[in-house]
Amino acid sequence: MKKVEAIIKPFKLEEVKDALGDIGIEGMTVSEVKGFGRQKGHTEIYRGSEYTVDFLPKIKIELVLPDSQVEAAVAAIIKTAKTGKIGDGKVFVSSVEEAIRIRTEEKGEAAV
Amino acid sequence: MKKTLFILSLLATLFCVGSAVRAADAPAPERTVQERLEDLEAYVNNGARNASTNAPTKIAGAGPGHNAWQMASAALVLFMTLPGLALFYGGLVRRKNVLSVLAQCLGIAGLVTILWWLCGYSLAFHNGGKFFGSLDWMFLRGVDSTPNTDYGAWVSHNVFSMYQLMFAIITPALIIGAIAERMKYSAVLLFIAGWMFVVYFPLAHMVWGVDGFMNGVWNKDAGIKAIDFAGGTVVHMSSGWSALILCLILGKRVGYGKEPMPPHNMVLCMVGTGMLWVGWYGFNAGSAVAADGVAANAFMTTTLATAVASFVWPMAEWVVRGKPSILGFCSGAVAGLVVITPACGFVNTNGAIIIGIAAGLIPWFACYKIKSWFGYDDALDTWGVHAVGGTLGAFLTGVLATPTVNANLDLNLKGVVGSSLWIEQIKAIGITLTLAVVGTAIVAYVVKAIIGLRVEEEVEVGGLDLSEHGEEGYHGA
Repeated sequence: MKKVEAIIKPFKLEEVKDALGDIGIEGMTVSEVKGFGRQKGHTEIYRGSEYTVDFLPKIKIELVLPDSQVEAAVAAIIKTAKTGKIGDGKVFVSSVEEAIRIRTEEKGEAAV
Repeated sequence: MKKTLFILSLLATLFCVGSAVRAADAPAPERTVQERLEDLEAYVNNGARNASTNAPTKIAGAGPGHNAWQMASAALVLFMTLPGLALFYGGLVRRKNVLSVLAQCLGIAGLVTILWWLCGYSLAFHNGGKFFGSLDWMFLRGVDSTPNTDYGAWVSHNVFSMYQLMFAIITPALIIGAIAERMKYSAVLLFIAGWMFVVYFPLAHMVWGVDGFMNGVWNKDAGIKAIDFAGGTVVHMSSGWSALILCLILGKRVGYGKEPMPPHNMVLCMVGTGMLWVGWYGFNAGSAVAADGVAANAFMTTTLATAVASFVWPMAEWVVRGKPSILGFCSGAVAGLVVITPACGFVNTNGAIIIGIAAGLIPWFACYKIKSWFGYDDALDTWGVHAVGGTLGAFLTGVLATPTVNANLDLNLKGVVGSSLWIEQIKAIGITLTLAVVGTAIVAYVVKAIIGLRVEEEVEVGGLDLSEHGEEGYHGA
């Protein structure tokens, strides 16, 4: 089992979600997050005052998948979330030791 | 005997003639139909009742149309503060301080009303002297529904008093924009109470009191023949310059210039701006104290100047900084309203457009550049908009006023309007500025000595809402 975490631009969420659905992924966790990387923040100006806002809004998608689906999922995310401009985000893949479905107490890949 | 009879008959004749005269006196004299028609015409034209006859007028009370407009105007001016200004300012502060601004506006409304009832109205509007009224209307004694013809032939005196009260409420409320987010609530109330007596009541009397020192339109003996239709000096200059002095004495907010202090809700700010604009029709057109042609002209000039300024300010931003901002539209609208205020009943459409353009550019420059050059922390730009705008308006009124839209300018100002009026306006500007600056400094230092002006640093960082009022503006996210 692997966990795939993708930080993407907010306006790409729908496209990414549909692409993941198309390759048979049935669940995901999405959160609105803030952060910065190479893109840095933006400036806001209110009358004479100028403020630099370091943290930009992004969307984080978390998927826990059987090993067999990981490659396709990462490819789908990269394909749909890419604009080619700075700030497109990142994908992280890590190992997951255990998963348990609370309702049935199934464990491992059966639970994800 | 003959002689006695003669004397008796003479006395009888005299008695008869006497009683005949008394009999003619006995029924109250009646106004003729002609005179009654003249009274009606006076009502329609907002003129004075016919005073050439001893017969009492049959319409001694208020004229319904004028009175209705004045009551509506008073409510509109209150609406400018509650909630217009409260939301305009409330949206511009950080979320931890939104309630403190609302509390200041509400507190001022109550406090100033009590002072007005106590003796404020009397000091400002009763005749008595050049600089102060008298105490004859203390507790609003005798201020009833009959018109006081010094101020409005057809508007109830109590309605006029309440209308002027709304001005007395919004003026100190404007000051709190400069001192937002750091002043102790008790200090705000104590400062305002003192400021009303030292600055507002005397200034209102000088400019609008029937025997006021700077009431050029109505007082033929005015020392300075200046004009101020709806409060450029009394309201905007006084609050704006006082705001600057108070924020200098108070000091900057903790972290000013180092940490971001953006508005927490531009939507509230825009909603408040819209309410200010709507309410300002009561402020400006209502200042005619009648639903007459002068009010109609003020309504139009207010619209033109405000719309132009609300457009010019963001366009200037667009040119200089690349984007037109919502705060730019809102600030431009308020600046336009401020600058047209002293002029609205005295200028024509061309004057209004010129004022609108000036209002969009000069206060914008004050907020955009001058503030950062000097580095004072006028949190919400009360000085940039109200002091600069009020001063600009008072001056431009002197240049652009014309008797063609307001015949009252011919009463005591013939030969002044259109020639030396701008000099009189500069004198009025000088007196207003001096009174605001000196008065504010005195009251502020007295309050500082008695209870202190600022909250503790810990309170300021945590926000005034929780510490000063025990409430939060927003729960949850």
